[in-house]
Amino acid sequence: MRDRLGRPPALLVVPAALATLLLLVPLVAMVAATDWQALPDHLTSPAALDALRLSLVTSTVAIAFCLLLGLPLAWLLARVDFRGRGAVRALVTVPLVLPPVVAGIALRSAFGRTGVIGEPLLELTGFAFPYTTYGVVLAHVFVSMPFVVIAIEGALRSADPRYDEAAATLGATRWTTFRRVTVPLALPGVVAGTVLGWARSFGEFGATITFNGNYPGTTQTMPTLIYVTRQADQDAALSLSLVMLLVSVGILVALRDHWLGTP
Amino acid sequence: MSAAPSRRLVADLRVADRVEAAFTAEPGEVLAVIGPNGAGKSSLLHALAGLVDVEGSARLGDADLLTLPVRERRVGLVFQGQLLFPHLSALDNIAFGLRARGERRTTADAVARDWLERFGIADLADRRPRELSGGQAQRVAIARALATEPDVLLLDEPFTGLDVSVQMALRIELGRHLRDFPGIALLVTHDAIDALTLADRVVVLEDGRVVQVGPPAEVAAEPRTSHVARLVGLNLVADGDELMAFTPDAVVVSLHEPEGSTRLRWHGPIATLAPHGDAVRLLVHASPDLLADLTPAAATELELVPGREVWLSTKATAVSRYAARR
Repeated sequence: MRDRLGRPPALLVVPAALATLLLLVPLVAMVAATDWQALPDHLTSPAALDALRLSLVTSTVAIAFCLLLGLPLAWLLARVDFRGRGAVRALVTVPLVLPPVVAGIALRSAFGRTGVIGEPLLELTGFAFPYTTYGVVLAHVFVSMPFVVIAIEGALRSADPRYDEAAATLGATRWTTFRRVTVPLALPGVVAGTVLGWARSFGEFGATITFNGNYPGTTQTMPTLIYVTRQADQDAALSLSLVMLLVSVGILVALRDHWLGTP
Repeated sequence: MSAAPSRRLVADLRVADRVEAAFTAEPGEVLAVIGPNGAGKSSLLHALAGLVDVEGSARLGDADLLTLPVRERRVGLVFQGQLLFPHLSALDNIAFGLRARGERRTTADAVARDWLERFGIADLADRRPRELSGGQAQRVAIARALATEPDVLLLDEPFTGLDVSVQMALRIELGRHLRDFPGIALLVTHDAIDALTLADRVVVLEDGRVVQVGPPAEVAAEPRTSHVARLVGLNLVADGDELMAFTPDAVVVSLHEPEGSTRLRWHGPIATLAPHGDAVRLLVHASPDLLADLTPAAATELELVPGREVWLSTKATAVSRYAARR
C-alpha cells in the first residue's frame, strides 16, 4: 500500500526509527566489540563449557517438567469450566511479571532449608533444593511455566472444540480425545510454547542466582557465569554473551513461522 | 461389537428456547426431520448425541440415552461440515471410533478399510481431509459414524454445500447404506427430495414443535405447514379448520376479478417471475403467498411484470382439502 492516505508523519516515523535503533545498536555494538581472536579460547575454557553444559541440561529438564505439568494445566484452563478458573489463570501469569529476584526469594521461602516445604523435606530425606542443580531446575520451572501454559492454552482455545465433541460421539474418553485429537490439533502452539519456555529458561538469571548461588559445575549457568566474568574479564563476557545471542536468534528463526511469518 | 439393536426409540426432548418434541422411531427406520431454519432440527440431533443441555427422556430399550455420557450413548453423529479430524488420514478417521472403544489397531484398520471400500473410496485411505473433495469427505464422515455400529445414526444436513450432481450420487449411496443399517437413523434436511427418497417417515418441525409426522407421500400430499408446502411445490391456504392444497399449474392468472367462489380467488402484486421447467412461475404476494405456473406465451400476453396486481383463482376440483390438525 503506497501512501494512499498521505505520507507517514515524522512525528511517528522518527520515534519508530529511534526505537529500532535502541534495540539494534547494543546488539551490533556487542558483536563489534567481540575479540574474535580470543573467542575460541573463551568458549572452550572449562568454566564456559561447564556453564554451557549445565544451562543446556537444566533448561531441557526444566522444560520437560513444564510440559508434564503445564500441558495438563493449560488443558484444564482451556477446556474445563471449574470454579476459580479465572483465579488460577491470573496466578499463572504472576511469575511472568514478578521480578526474578523476588521469585528466588519466594522459592527460598517454600523450598529453602527452613522453608515450608524445604524444612520437612530436609528432615525426612536429607535433601534440600538450594545450591544444587535440582534447585536450578526448580527455579527454571517456576519462571518458565507461565510461558508454556499461556502459549499452549491459547493454542488449545483456538482449536475448534467441536472436534472434541466429534471424538466423544465416537466413543473416545476425554483422555483419548486429549491425546489423539486436542493436542495434535494444537501441536504448533504446543511446540511454540515449549521453545519459548526453553528460551526463557536458558536465559534465566535472577531467580537462579538468588535461590542457588553461583557454584561452578552445579549451579553456575551461562547467565550467572557471564555476570561474574564481566567483573574480571570484559572480553570473555562478550564472547559468552555472543553465544547467548546466537541461541536467541536461533529460537527466533525456529519460531519465525509463528511471529515473523505474518507481514 | 454389540449385536444389531432391535429396540425402539421413544424420545421426549426439551431444549430450552429451541425444541420441545416427542417422537418415536422403530429399529431400521429412517426418520427425516424437516423444517425451516431455526426450527430446532440440529438442536434435536445434538440433544440426542448429548452435545446440548436437554430435559426429558430418550428411551432406547431399557436405557435412557439422556442419562448416559456422550461416549456411552452409541449414537453416531455426522456433523454438518463433517468435522473430520484434519490431522488424521481418511482411514484413521474411520478407525478412530473403533480404536477409542478399545479395538486393536489391525482390526480397526481392517474394518475402516472395509468401509472405505463400501463407499468406493478405498484409494483415498491415506489422504488427509483437506485433500478430499466435499463428496469424498462426506462419505468418510458417514463411514466414520457407521463404523462404530451405532444404535442411532444422526445425519445433520449431509448434502449441504455439495454440488448438485454429487448430492444425487451420494443420496443414492446413502440410501443403500441406510437400508442395510439395523439401527435407527435420523436425517435432518431442508430438501424435500431427501425426505421423499430416503425416509420411512417424516417429522416436520416448526418453531421447535412437531407439527406433522407421517409417511413421506402423505406429508408431501397433505402438508400442514407452508414451509413443507413450499418444499414440495404446493400452494397451501387455510380455510377455517381445513387446509387446501393445490399445485401451481392449477392456478389461473388474470388481470380482472374472475367469476367463481370467493374462497378460491385471491389477488395481490407479483413478487417474482422466473422460468420453471417449460413454464413461467409467479410468486404472488396474496394472502397467503401463492405460486402460479403459466405458459411463457400467456405471461407475455398478460404483460406480467413484478409489481403488477393480478387475480389468482383455482377450481374446487383441483384442490385437496384436509383437516388442519391431526
